[in-house]
Amino acid sequence: MIKKFLKLFSNNVFLFTVISIFLGLFIGAIILLAAGFNPLQAYGVMLQGIFGKPKYLSYVIIRSTPLILTGLSIAFAFRTGLFNIGAEGQYIIGSTVAVVVGYFIHLPAILHIPLVIICALIASGFWGGITGFFKARFGVNEVISTIMLNWVALYLQNFLIYTPGFQKPGGEVSYAIQPTASITFLDKWKRSEEGIAWLLDHPFWRDLFKTPINWGFLIAIAVAVLVWFILKHTTLGYRLRAVGFNLYAAEYGGINVKKNMVISMTIAGALSGLAGALQVMGVSHQISLLAAMEGYGFDGIAVSLIGNSTPIGCVFSGLLFGGLKYGGPKMQPAMGAPSEIINIVIGIIVFFIAIPQVIRLILEFGKRKKAEKV
Amino acid sequence: MSGNIKPDAKSTAQIPVVYMKNIIKKFGDFVANDTISLKVHKGEVHALLGENGAGKSTLMNVLYGLYTPTSGQIFINGKEVEIKNPNIAIQHKIGMVHQHFMLVKPFTVTENIILGMEKTGSFGKLHIAEAEKEVEELSKKYGLAVNPRAKIEDITVGMQQRVEILKALYRGADILILDEPTAVLTPQEIYELGKIVHNLTKEGKSIILISHKLKELKIMADYCTIIRRGKFIDTVDVSKTTEEELAAKMVGRAVNFIVDKKPKEAGEVVLKIEDLVVKDNRGLDAVKKLSLEVRRGEILGLAGIDGNGQSQLLEAITGLRKIESGKVSIHNKDITNKTPLEIIESKISNIPQDRQKRGLVLDFSVSENLILENHFKKPFAKKGVLDHLKITEFSIELIDKFDVRPTDENKIVGNLSGGNQQKVIIAREVTNDPDLLIAAQPTRGLDVGAIEYVHRALVRQRDEDKAVLLVSLELDEVINVSDRIAVIYEGAIVGMVDAKDADIESLGLMMAGGTASD
Ligand SMILES: Nc1ncnc2c1ncn2[C@@H]1O[C@H](COP(=O)(O)OP(=O)(O)OP(=O)(O)O)[C@@H](O)[C@H]1O
Ligand SMILES: [Mg+2]
Repeated sequence: MIKKFLKLFSNNVFLFTVISIFLGLFIGAIILLAAGFNPLQAYGVMLQGIFGKPKYLSYVIIRSTPLILTGLSIAFAFRTGLFNIGAEGQYIIGSTVAVVVGYFIHLPAILHIPLVIICALIASGFWGGITGFFKARFGVNEVISTIMLNWVALYLQNFLIYTPGFQKPGGEVSYAIQPTASITFLDKWKRSEEGIAWLLDHPFWRDLFKTPINWGFLIAIAVAVLVWFILKHTTLGYRLRAVGFNLYAAEYGGINVKKNMVISMTIAGALSGLAGALQVMGVSHQISLLAAMEGYGFDGIAVSLIGNSTPIGCVFSGLLFGGLKYGGPKMQPAMGAPSEIINIVIGIIVFFIAIPQVIRLILEFGKRKKAEKV
Repeated sequence: MSGNIKPDAKSTAQIPVVYMKNIIKKFGDFVANDTISLKVHKGEVHALLGENGAGKSTLMNVLYGLYTPTSGQIFINGKEVEIKNPNIAIQHKIGMVHQHFMLVKPFTVTENIILGMEKTGSFGKLHIAEAEKEVEELSKKYGLAVNPRAKIEDITVGMQQRVEILKALYRGADILILDEPTAVLTPQEIYELGKIVHNLTKEGKSIILISHKLKELKIMADYCTIIRRGKFIDTVDVSKTTEEELAAKMVGRAVNFIVDKKPKEAGEVVLKIEDLVVKDNRGLDAVKKLSLEVRRGEILGLAGIDGNGQSQLLEAITGLRKIESGKVSIHNKDITNKTPLEIIESKISNIPQDRQKRGLVLDFSVSENLILENHFKKPFAKKGVLDHLKITEFSIELIDKFDVRPTDENKIVGNLSGGNQQKVIIAREVTNDPDLLIAAQPTRGLDVGAIEYVHRALVRQRDEDKAVLLVSLELDEVINVSDRIAVIYEGAIVGMVDAKDADIESLGLMMAGGTASD
């Protein structure tokens, strides 16, 4: 009976994901209860904090954008059998290059924006490609090399921040990018006099435009579709998946395994780098000194996991993640409930999502697939 | 072999140790077992015979608790039981050796055998020496010689199989399921397995044996249950039937065991190998200055005992292993140390020896596997975009032509039966229309009907004036199908005979290192 139950869920990924999310929320509720808070009230505050105002929703979307992209990055590499822990560093490279190109170069927006994006893609793609190359050429495990490259990227950014001519006087931040490189919606207009006047009469739009709402989310969606198309409908995707599933068979079939590892990591790097670039162009407009990793890359691992490593899944799980991360902490000021609860909830969701693999392993114990084949 | 323990009254008087009654097993809409019944008595070797995909492994997986039957009953020693998982199967003293082994490669023989039932002392310390002794005793008792301290990755397939059998016996199995145990064995190892089976039944164990090799069944089995396309056909007394009868029952038509082929004049040289040296994984020379030619319009059979450099030779030709020295060329074009893709493009196709490691991406569908080498070419792709419609059309055609069952191009290849996985590879490689077709153990795990088909396909290639290099551990196959036979021993060709003049004895002698003339 139990076995049948488990089997049903381990076979239906979507159902399992939904159940895991509810289980995560449920256990979070128990913890809240144990800590002396009313879970219904707490979750009410959270939902209110997510859906209450157009502004909130806009923030959720803004929050989700980089997560969707780093999630896609990790999912993409994973399809080729690679574990991209380097999304963090690739993100940093993308954002740094975006600021450099966005600040130093002066061009009309129509050229400037694509240029910034392309430069960030190239640099972060290269950054990811290094890992692929080391793996293909010298057999260096990608987990190790990406972790090291993450730190290199971090210190590279911090080093640049202190460079005269780039550091904004009086702060540990860079100069902001030129307005022509910004992708924030109506950035200039909403601060102009007529803009302020118009918005005063239109409370909905005023609320929405309080946030740095920008093109990033739409670009992320388009990229998710593109990634889906590549994996499903192109020869490149076919090769990458073949390598991911069985590199021996791929090699036998004339597929250049090493080359495809480099390609896969390059694309994965570019996806994470795009996350960084869009964040700079749409939200922060500058970079600041990093004391530690910001966590976009690591959250991306969870996003990709919850999204079952599919592009569409990453979009939804990125939104979920962004929502929880934005709405969750609102429990604290409203009712004094520790906002860490929401991290616990996320942790539990990830835990339960990972469980189907474990259950499948148990169910298939002794069966061909998971057991060590000789 | 075990023919001496066949009291005729047994089948009716005694309670069967295993009685599977009206078993139905469905995968979705697909009925893999359609009301199958099976009775096995104590001390009996009961064979299961059926075409690829007939549902043999499925039935046994039901008995071993890996699949839950959709309906039906199982009785062990007359008592109805519900076998929900392998642990319960083991409690009922059922053991299984799978078609594809399940050993942990970096572990030793003993560690694998005791895995999951380790005896530990204080602080969880493993009593490994004790276990090794137990394993040794067990292996002596049934004549299953193994080195308990050897690592799995270092021992031969035949040895690995013994480990699997020991693993089952160590868990107290009285009923042993062997799923195609002989498909991966050399003739010598098959002979030894026969002795082991005999020892086991002598001790009162019952054995369910799946095999496609009728000759072996005749020797080893007492009774044989035949299934076709998931349905029970008959249970027969093996001593009272012939191979031809068994084959006909299983396939549903008469099977031709003799390969039909007309004499043919071989043409110019297609594959030329000169003084080839190739190393194995340990860095030792596995192929030693080997020279060989395969000509247009001939099937060259390479006979030899496993481990004499055959796999390294084939990997070197196909670009999967580095060539240290020497030269390989096709139609006078040098392909030494070229990439696998360049070699495929030189019109060489290869049916690899290890279908699950090399030949297939198990997580891909049938149609995805069928386009492995050609996925980027027209009509399957245009400008880097796959044309799923064309791929599907192509797949349906091949599935039909090569009789892959079930006829579902979207089925994940890992879920096909072993023999049908092999058919997928053969379909793909033969359809590539190569100038040289390399076939390594092409009929491993195939049923007699499919073997007949593959042999015909090889002969057709030859008749179309293509070159075929057949590597097989089965002498019968080599002699039956080839035009010329080369014998490989310790990495070099030690003899070359015309297949018409070949006889098993002299070939066997050469394979063991003697020369044709002694
Ligand atoms: N897990 C599964 N999911 C879906 N279909 C399956 C699964 N396992 C087996 N089948 C199907 O059930 C049928 C019977 O397979 P089975 O492995 O029992 O065949 P078999 O008689 O052992 O053949 P072979 O001699 O080729 O090993 C096949 O058509 C196979 O594709
Ligand atoms: Mg089978």
